[in-house]
Amino acid sequence: MLGRLTIDSLPFYSWVAMGGAVFTVLGAVIIALLITVYGKWGYLWREWLTSLDHKRIGIMYIVLALVMLVRGFIDAIMMRAQQAFALNSDGYLPPDHFDQIFTSHGTIMIFFMAMPFMTGLFNLVVPQQIGTRDVSFPFMNSVGLWLTGAGAGLMLISLVVGEFSTAGWTGYPPYSGLEYSPGVGVDYWIWSIFISGLGSTLTGINFIVTILKRRAPGMTLMRMPLFTWTVLISSILIAFAFPALTVATGLLALDRYADMHFFTNASGGNMMNFINLLWIWGHPEVYILILPAFGIFSEVVATFCRKKLFGYESLVYATAVIGLLSFTVWLHHFFTMGAGANVNAIFGIATMIIAVPTGVKVFDWLFTMYRGRITFSPEMYWTIGFIVTFVIGGVTGVLLAIPPVDYIMHNTVFLVAHFHNMIIPGVLFGYVAGMNYWFPKAFGFELNAKWGVRAFWGWLIGFCMAFMPLYLLGLMGMPRRMETYDVAEWQPLLMFAAMGAVVVLIGIICMVIQLLVSIRDREQTRDLRGDPWNGRTLEWLTSSPAAAYNFAVIPRVEGRDAFWQMKEDGTAYRPPQQYSDIAMPKNSGIGVVVGGGGFVFGFAMIWYIWWLAILSLVVMGAALIVRSSMDHTEEIIPAAEVEAIEKKRLADVASLPAHDVSELGDGSQPVPVGSAAS
Amino acid sequence: MKALKLLLLIATGIALVGCGVSSGPLLDPKGPVALAQRTLFFETLAIMMIVVVPVWIFAAWFVPRYRASNKKDGYQQDWQSIPVDVVVWLVPLAIIVAVGTYVWIYTHKLDPYKTIETDGNLEPFTVQVIAQDWKWLFLYPEQGIASVNELVFPSATPLELIITSDTVMNSFFVPALGSQIYAMAGMETELNLLAWEPGKFVGRNSQYSGDGFSKQSFDVIALNSADFDEWVAKVKQSQLRLDEASYQQLAKPSTAHPITHYSSFEAGLFNQIMAKYSDGHGSHGGHAAHTSGE
Repeated sequence: MLGRLTIDSLPFYSWVAMGGAVFTVLGAVIIALLITVYGKWGYLWREWLTSLDHKRIGIMYIVLALVMLVRGFIDAIMMRAQQAFALNSDGYLPPDHFDQIFTSHGTIMIFFMAMPFMTGLFNLVVPQQIGTRDVSFPFMNSVGLWLTGAGAGLMLISLVVGEFSTAGWTGYPPYSGLEYSPGVGVDYWIWSIFISGLGSTLTGINFIVTILKRRAPGMTLMRMPLFTWTVLISSILIAFAFPALTVATGLLALDRYADMHFFTNASGGNMMNFINLLWIWGHPEVYILILPAFGIFSEVVATFCRKKLFGYESLVYATAVIGLLSFTVWLHHFFTMGAGANVNAIFGIATMIIAVPTGVKVFDWLFTMYRGRITFSPEMYWTIGFIVTFVIGGVTGVLLAIPPVDYIMHNTVFLVAHFHNMIIPGVLFGYVAGMNYWFPKAFGFELNAKWGVRAFWGWLIGFCMAFMPLYLLGLMGMPRRMETYDVAEWQPLLMFAAMGAVVVLIGIICMVIQLLVSIRDREQTRDLRGDPWNGRTLEWLTSSPAAAYNFAVIPRVEGRDAFWQMKEDGTAYRPPQQYSDIAMPKNSGIGVVVGGGGFVFGFAMIWYIWWLAILSLVVMGAALIVRSSMDHTEEIIPAAEVEAIEKKRLADVASLPAHDVSELGDGSQPVPVGSAAS
Repeated sequence: MKALKLLLLIATGIALVGCGVSSGPLLDPKGPVALAQRTLFFETLAIMMIVVVPVWIFAAWFVPRYRASNKKDGYQQDWQSIPVDVVVWLVPLAIIVAVGTYVWIYTHKLDPYKTIETDGNLEPFTVQVIAQDWKWLFLYPEQGIASVNELVFPSATPLELIITSDTVMNSFFVPALGSQIYAMAGMETELNLLAWEPGKFVGRNSQYSGDGFSKQSFDVIALNSADFDEWVAKVKQSQLRLDEASYQQLAKPSTAHPITHYSSFEAGLFNQIMAKYSDGHGSHGGHAAHTSGE
């Protein structure tokens, strides 16, 4: 009836694991209690969980990402603490537990922190930035969110029921096969990324179509804001790369469940095929994550330097070239697997070529600052911090791309330092900058700048302290993933790195304080104009937070930096001659049902509860059929209601002084705002 | 500025600790492969400074100079420059062409499968290497002996390692000598190294392989030929023989297995271990043409 699920599946084997389980359960109980006490279940269900509004879906993705960031960081600081003291001793974690922690850290940070954070920003920003009211497939968007949530739920519950994989976040067979990992851990890993990976694929398809089909009239491809460009390329990469991950994990599942031999040692299996498939997804994944961050840096630099981007076309072509090349370099993850010199050399050179467009981008951002008027907002701090540290990661990346150098650096902590150097300054700094930048657009008030800058220093200094020592340890020959070691020279550096993790923790605490202080002070920083930073792109034309329909009238785009141009021409806030009815998608709980079904399916598969797995698949299929048969999935917002909302907003805007968009940037040519003159 | 001071303090700290790094195995090479790799590492690093240093200089120059409160320096809302744009593409491109050429040449020169050339054109000394949970078994076909967690070979002689795994994927790595390569079941990979002088180094599995992984290190000992002969004679005295039964016993998972010597091993053991996994399917590593010299 319950498969292999028994009372022994609870983590009684170690106090540390038990603590994690209690922490997780208590967290869930407290949140549920709070919602009940305040009577918010109905509100939550109607306004959020069932919402098909891309902005709310975006916010829910980001909330998930921030929760998982904390969980992934706890893993990180536990590993640093272990290695700081594990010289000639077992430290406080047994090997099996340490191995689960590094596996869950990587899995969480990539699949359940970075991916949802990125998808959240896509949702929040792209439709408004291209001047449309919604994504092309709003229901599919909700399904994607809830499949991602299902995967994250499986991740979290693995801490309470059973155990997580010890095979590393890349899950290399044959170690991850049934013979060497018979427990439920690898199954948790497989199903959580398989299910959330399906959600990511749906997101990729949705945004390709949205960007190609729903841009405002006049917005040609070469007039798209850079963030939209990077989202387009990233979505194309998602649509092509994620199926490889789905296949790789699916085949591994067949090995484990159906006694097949795709990747086993014997019976004709070949683990090298898994490694190829995994990295055919895995390398593009790096660019899936980092390109949108590059887009954010581009928007932030132009806005806070009050300048047109330097080399817009270079940036577009560089993005596209990176996207193409990202599929040609996967073999550099395993130069040491015995390929011949020709193969290794060609993949090494292909990898280095990516450094060219990336270098171009860095210089383009610097030259955007040149002759600019830089405002030192938290977003700008994150951007400058990124530029200065990211180049170090770029250099070490080129070094690792040289096969003979990789032969001595592969599998050492030098590699760990390199990819954290790409992903923390490159991806995370970008997303946090984006969160600060677009927060007013999501909630109607600003994030506190002082605490934002403090959070930045915590992260920057903590990052340098935690990872620069790892470069040195790599040169000292320290392999990654060591639970204990016997080389005394490593310990001071590992202790220093652990202190770095503590400094990052201070940065995270500053982020929490930033959020709380900003909520407290929300009346002072209310963004009535919808354009707090004197922005350049269309998302700043809408109110903050934007109305459900974003734009009462779809704007017409006359050039790049469309909104800046409108402000220059004085046409930005011109009321239309008349308002009309707007049709928007109705809420739907079916996305939640599909996601919930996905979660139950994954859980049932992991514990061999076959009847439940079949039942949940039937429920998911039925839910989708019901949804497909519905005729009335939209509701009408009447013209009168739109008019009332817009009139109030235009009055708010007219009550504020105009932003200065003059050529001199000294306020000498004020432009009348809200002037109805045509 | 406080933050800047703190950063400086941290940088100094890192520099001080960094002095201990110079004795690390990768920076203190004991053979030609490791030396060539270290040289390649630092030469490429130097070339890339052509891009990195300007980034830092521009950041340190533009960021304070073009702050909004500085109204003096020429603000231009739409500053573009095609020559600058061209330079921005060409400089990284030129560097990558240079480094790419390096890559082509040195990837061939330092191919792990290539026998190391010596002045006297010495024949390579061959050892068969088998990764197990969580230890390494070394077979010496010419001497007919075997050892666990201790690799002994003559210095100044090319060392040819034929590697496979009797468990999950491992990676054979002796940092002081250079290159690592994966060990995979049913497949053989090859690694060629050389130690200039007699000495003792640390070898490891660098590919995570389970509970005993952290303690899966082994002694690597290069001896001059007289000492080596003496060591072989000593191993031949060992009471232990590696027959089928004792191999089965050895292959069971064990952590931090003590150094063990076998005075003989069953002929063709390496190929038997490979054959266990191939079932006539004949999987091979990238360089499929090699056959082990038994």
